[in-house]
Amino acid sequence: MLLGFEDPWVCTVYILCIASTLLCVVYGLVNWNKGEETVQPEDVQWAKEEKEEVEETL
Amino acid sequence: MDLFSIIIVLVYLLATGYLGYQGYRQTKTAADYLVAGRSAHPVVMALSYGATFISTSAIVGFGGVAASFGMGLLWLTFLNIFVGIFIAFVVFGNPTRRMGHHLDAHTFPELMGKRYNSKFLHVFSALIIFFFMPLYATAVIIGGAEFIAPIFRVSYDTGLYLFALIVAAYVIAGGLKGVMLTDALQGAIMLVGMVILFITTYSMLGGIVPAHEALSAMKDLVPKGLQAIGHRGWTAMPEFGWSAAGAPMPDALRHNLWWVMVTTIVMGVGIGVLAQPQLIVRFMTVKSKQALNRAVIMGGIFIFFMTGVAFIVGALSNVYFAQREKIECRIVAENVLMDPGADGKAKLTLVPENAADEVKARAKPFVSYRLSGDEERQPLSYVMQTPGTVITRGVDGAPDILEPHLVAVARSVTLGTPLGGNSDTIIPTYVKAALPHWFAVVFLLTLLSAAMSTLSSQFHTIGTAVGRDVFEEVTHKRHTEKSILVTRFGICIGLLAAVIAGKVIRGNIIALATAIFMGLCAASFLPAFVGGLFWRRMNKAAAVSSMVVGFVSSTFWLAFVNGKTAAGLGLCKFIFGKDHIVPPTWSVTWTVVDPLIVALPLSILAAVVVALITKPMDKTYVDWCYGGPPPKAE
Repeated sequence: MLLGFEDPWVCTVYILCIASTLLCVVYGLVNWNKGEETVQPEDVQWAKEEKEEVEETL
Repeated sequence: MDLFSIIIVLVYLLATGYLGYQGYRQTKTAADYLVAGRSAHPVVMALSYGATFISTSAIVGFGGVAASFGMGLLWLTFLNIFVGIFIAFVVFGNPTRRMGHHLDAHTFPELMGKRYNSKFLHVFSALIIFFFMPLYATAVIIGGAEFIAPIFRVSYDTGLYLFALIVAAYVIAGGLKGVMLTDALQGAIMLVGMVILFITTYSMLGGIVPAHEALSAMKDLVPKGLQAIGHRGWTAMPEFGWSAAGAPMPDALRHNLWWVMVTTIVMGVGIGVLAQPQLIVRFMTVKSKQALNRAVIMGGIFIFFMTGVAFIVGALSNVYFAQREKIECRIVAENVLMDPGADGKAKLTLVPENAADEVKARAKPFVSYRLSGDEERQPLSYVMQTPGTVITRGVDGAPDILEPHLVAVARSVTLGTPLGGNSDTIIPTYVKAALPHWFAVVFLLTLLSAAMSTLSSQFHTIGTAVGRDVFEEVTHKRHTEKSILVTRFGICIGLLAAVIAGKVIRGNIIALATAIFMGLCAASFLPAFVGGLFWRRMNKAAAVSSMVVGFVSSTFWLAFVNGKTAAGLGLCKFIFGKDHIVPPTWSVTWTVVDPLIVALPLSILAAVVVALITKPMDKTYVDWCYGGPPPKAE
């Protein structure tokens, strides 16, 4: 009984949950400085409209 | 509820309100960061996304399901982290943001409408959201009410109305604007609450491995009703298989639990999260791929501590309830009889003195008690009385001690529930019984936070679906007083529908309602959404076919094939006079297969086949969708 679980499928998924969390952490650290993009005029235009037309409605 | 608890809750509400006000005044919603060309801190972004993603439904509803079904539910946590965070952020996030900004789409239906140049898709997807998202909101609201009721020692209905009032106040105070710091504060509170729950539960049960071993050793205590559908213990997956056509009862039911757990709970929610309109829109408020890369870290950790902890603690609560629970109380009566009805499935009612002998014969004994500190006017509590029940009467004014020695789901059986119990009450009961009172208050804040952040994005989406996507699209008028009114009216209707549904459909419903909505979203939206982002050949006809096929096959399966939902809706009974239409010559396992398993493949097939046999969309238009210049007006 690894880790006290009766069924290897449950043991596997317990480990997979921790492993996938670690995957997120490692991926984020490795790519910390990648993917920087300059803000385009259309991005700002979108954000302004979101503010005026959607958020102000609520 | 003592003064201390009330003060803590008030401080929390004031802090949330203050942050909301600050955010409103200093304009710090996600859109504001983007207007300023900046990015919210990755931790703030991840907490805010996570708080939107995770609600009382996941913690209370699915945690309770884990208490009944066991740790196999962790497959959903795995999908939540790997699909709901990693795949969603790394694969879907940036293309969604770029396409949304380029096409100037602000809602999911608008994104669909513009990508495929289709008014029908815009309005149809908005209508699906408007009519079905309140079901998910219901699940979140029930999750809050189920916790408020035992903590405040009020009835469920009072808890429901109290919670609805808090939600309404939050909405009126501008809670739907999505102020990043408010969401992040709520996410942070959730994280703290769940980390404490995780550590205290494992340490109370002697550590990680001893706790699991104790739970594994309890497999013989699985209630017979659950054993009959394939439950093999709380640290094992249910029995897998497919019952042969015409197999005799009750053997034919042996594989039901596996199909419910894996197809409805794990896949319905695990895959459905990719097609959640309120989460998809979140990606549009991000500044760059870098912001998403950075937010993945906190996102993964956050989800682990939300659903992972809820499911682990939910399952482990069985060890506490069966071996350790001691209720300090005043025993009012023993052998109080409750009647489960002639078929044994009705809601339990008290058996009167003059009841017929057959009613008394089928009735089950309960112990009624009052918790120490409860007043006479408060309703009595009941717990099932079995040969294992131990009662130690207090002497010299000391309280009585009641040791029920029941597993979690049996512990949830009380007046008003069926004999199968109500798994939605297990986590609240566990937190109240097993953990210190101060933690119950912290956990109440955790749940309030979880509910508020998710509900605000749900009602935001419901409101914009009817106001912006349906009304404005049909009337061709943008941002008018009327459309604002329609949006607000839509939010009121959504809230009202969710509260009414919360009153009517209480009991083992949180996880099911969430899974139904998410499964429906996956089957209806996922192929059109993914195809729209990544496949230039995907055209309007394919998207329409996929959405219609996915929606129709899902709702058909829900209403006529899936035994539980079809019986609940009653439409099948009304038309055909039976609970579902699966013929007796077919395997009964069909009745527990989730709609997603049939509807999503059909929806994908429709998308691919129609896209390949119909004319591609105009190249200039598709180029525009993928970042090119806008097509010239004809």
